[in-house]
Amino acid sequence: MSKPTFVYVTYIATTPEKLWQALTDGAFTRQYWFGTSVESDWSRGSRVIFRSGGEVHDTGEVLDCVPYRRLSYSWQVEFHEAFRREKPSRVTFELEPTGGPEVKLTVTHDEFEPGSKVHAAVSNGWPMILSSLKSLLETGRPSASTSAEQAHDARERAIALAESNVG
Amino acid sequence: MSEPKFVPNTVYVTYIASTPEKVWEALTGAEFTRQYFFGHSIEVEAKVGGRFILRAPDGSVHMSGRVIEYDPPRRLATTWRVEGMESFRELPESLVTYEIEPMGGSVKLTMTEAHQWDIPDAILAGGRQGWPFILSSLKSVLETGKPIEIGVKMGPPPEMMAAVKEAVARKPWVKSAEKR
Repeated sequence: MSKPTFVYVTYIATTPEKLWQALTDGAFTRQYWFGTSVESDWSRGSRVIFRSGGEVHDTGEVLDCVPYRRLSYSWQVEFHEAFRREKPSRVTFELEPTGGPEVKLTVTHDEFEPGSKVHAAVSNGWPMILSSLKSLLETGRPSASTSAEQAHDARERAIALAESNVG
Repeated sequence: MSEPKFVPNTVYVTYIASTPEKVWEALTGAEFTRQYFFGHSIEVEAKVGGRFILRAPDGSVHMSGRVIEYDPPRRLATTWRVEGMESFRELPESLVTYEIEPMGGSVKLTMTEAHQWDIPDAILAGGRQGWPFILSSLKSVLETGKPIEIGVKMGPPPEMMAAVKEAVARKPWVKSAEKR
């Protein structure tokens, strides 16, 4: 069984600097990521904490950090047993200027276990989060469907998805 | 005559702060597609079995096909044949489906590109490069009024051209149809 990989590409009318801040600053991530603050000092080997409603939902470790170009961290989903059982996966953000007034953002989420439940959950989640990030940077308004109020429902959907795939 | 069987190979999902009606209009109206689809104009007959054309900026036919599903403002499925590039027009038609769903104050748009033969990744690479740009730009048009202005020229990847030539020479889809 081949290891699953999730890849998503989007183009955002912004600068690499603003996009970098939106990916690494908890005050930004909270706005488009179901109320989740990402916290780290972003040096290689440092911890990454994903905090939502005061609670730590996921953790990780910085694997690579080239400001405005490339960010990679491991990701251990902690909020449910079905996900906690799996070894950490890996998320990589690549920012490329296109020569025009926008940035190409490629998100690759890989290093999943075969049959991973986390893979199924993030394949649903990333398009919502990254669409909302694009809206925030281009219009100043994130998508209503990724607000902090939607976090509980989003986690419930992820758990339901994980449990429906059992076996 | 039985319909060919299409298998999805590429899926792209985006969420847009808009209404299903406006997303439908942006997908099917030429004045919209010209803004975000590399300057191409769509012409789609409003009925199942109707004609579908994507016209290049110079007015020539780039893609043609027929309407398989027409359900505004929810679902549009059309077959696609590339007419505008040598050898591409000998490839079997693909099937492109747009699905529009209202979701929590925004609209979920799912694009699915499906094929009726065991298509190599090198050929799929063309759509996998183009769709994220086209649909990112569509989202920007609806949310900000401005499309994404790409700075570099985006053409088919070189490996894609080679893979199309090889496929057209070997015609693996003929063989797989006989096996069935």
